[in-house]
Parts: sequence; C-alpha cells; structure tokens
Amino acid sequence: MTEIGLGHYLTLGAVIFSIGVIGIFLNRKNIIVILMSIELILLAVNINLVSFSIYLNDLTGQVFTLFILTVAAAEAAIGLAIIVVYYRNAGTIRVEEIDKLKG
Amino acid sequence: MIAHAVFFYVFSIIAVISAIMVTVSKNTVHSVFFLILDFISISCLFIMIGAEFLGMIMLIVYVGAVAVLFLFVVMMLNVAQQKNQWFYSEATSGHIPIGLIISTIIFFELIIVVGGWKYKPELLNPNTTKISNEISNTHSLGQILYTDYIHVFQISGMILLIAMIGAIVLTFRKREGVKTQSYLKQISRERSEGIEVLEVPSNKGVKIDD
Repeated sequence: MTEIGLGHYLTLGAVIFSIGVIGIFLNRKNIIVILMSIELILLAVNINLVSFSIYLNDLTGQVFTLFILTVAAAEAAIGLAIIVVYYRNAGTIRVEEIDKLKG
Repeated sequence: MIAHAVFFYVFSIIAVISAIMVTVSKNTVHSVFFLILDFISISCLFIMIGAEFLGMIMLIVYVGAVAVLFLFVVMMLNVAQQKNQWFYSEATSGHIPIGLIISTIIFFELIIVVGGWKYKPELLNPNTTKISNEISNTHSLGQILYTDYIHVFQISGMILLIAMIGAIVLTFRKREGVKTQSYLKQISRERSEGIEVLEVPSNKGVKIDD
C-alpha cells in the first residue's frame, strides 16, 4: 500500500480516461465540456506515457508526451475557434440543437 | 517511501475528484476551474515522479494558455448561465446507460492491462535512450529532442503554426459599413476620374453629386 509502483499510476490514468469517456456521453448540454473531456482523455494518456517512461528508464515516452501536449494545444485552439464560428452563425452550442447533418 | 505514497494519494484523489467535477458540474465556468485544478495536481505528480520538465511545461501550457482560452470562450459565448442539465432531458437520456457501459468496459480493459503487465526486459529495444542520473531531466530531454527527434519537433512546430493560422482565419470577420483607407485606390487615382470639367451655363449653375 505504501509502495507506489507503476500500477498505481496506470490505474490513475485509467480512472481519468474513463471519466473523460463518461463525460463525453453524459454531457448533453454544451459542447465546450465535451472538449474539456477530450483534454482529460489526453491527460490520462500523458500520465501513462510518463509513468512508463520513468519506470522503464527510457526518455522516449517523455518526448512523446511533449508532442501530445503540442497537438492537444493546437486541437483546443482549432476546436474553440470552430465553436465560436458556429455560435456566431447558429446562436447556440447546445449539443441537442446541433443537428444540421441529421446524423 | 511513506511520503511518496502520501503525496501520490493526495494528488491523485484531488485529480480524480476534480475530473469528476469537470464532467458533472452544472456551471461551465466551474468546469474550467476544476480542469485547471486537475492539470495542476497531475503536474505535481509529474514533478514528484521525476519528470519535472514536463510538469512545468504542463503548468505553463495548460494552466497558462489552454485553460485561459477555454475561460475566454466560455465568457464570450454567454454559456455561463446555461445550466448543464444532463439528466433532465428525455430525448437524450438514452445515451447515458450506453456511455456508462462503454466507459466501464474501457476502464476494465485498462485495469486488465495494468494487472497483466509485467516488466519484460527482453521486449525492450536496447537502443532506447536511457535516463541518465548525471544530468537533469531538462538537459537530457533537450539532448535527444534536438538530435534524434528534430524532424518530429519541426513538424510539431508546423502543426502549431497551422493551428494558429486556422484559428485566425476561422474567426476572422470582415465587417460591413466600416470606412477604411485603401492605399491601392488612392495611388491608382487618375486625373480623368478625379475631376470633371463642366460647361456652366450662366444663371443656372450645375448640379454635382446627384
């Protein structure tokens, strides 16, 4: 219990990943919270990469975490820009009312 | 060891609770603040485990940039008072059991991976870059980031540039009815379109700008 190993970090990553997936399904109100859930999922992936990198004594995982951070920042910026444009055109970002594609 | 365990449990419990609050919070602004708390506690974990450069970068990038971006958008779009009512709506409550089932399955799959994983040195590539104890984490990351991963690094810079240009192009709006100065129009003016010579009849005058 007091010996913190790789399993503890991987379990933390798994819990946060699952919370992110639940957040995508659970949230039916506004699409910004869905973007935040995606950020949570990427955070869980980062936890896994960093903990494997430390416990395997290999720096490659940390380098890839750096690139995931870059891509996540770019994705958040583009996603928020799309949301702003959609709100300007449609006047709403409620998930239930975004149904123009009838998907 | 005890201190490591105590700090791990404190930070991870804070991280999990704030992750839950991100998804279930009724106010979007509160969700953003819980997301910031989540990133701060995870970066504390990173610093504790020995990846201090990534922990600091995470604080700068996420707390300093991404979360502030989220806050700006939330406040600009006037969704702060739109309450998050995920269990009231009749039409969409059918998604919730499916989402719970899928995420539970994903969680148990990840747990199985954790349980079944064993340290297997023979699976590792011997050419991987080892963490050295002599130089700091930042130093060793920089040594391989600018040599072995230079192309990936450049491509990630291109991704950031494209994202920046894309966000500007998407949100740029050309306003109607704003008088602006056009240099091209000014310097390409000709005498023929600038003035007009009129014959003025006496006692009548002329009408201009009709």
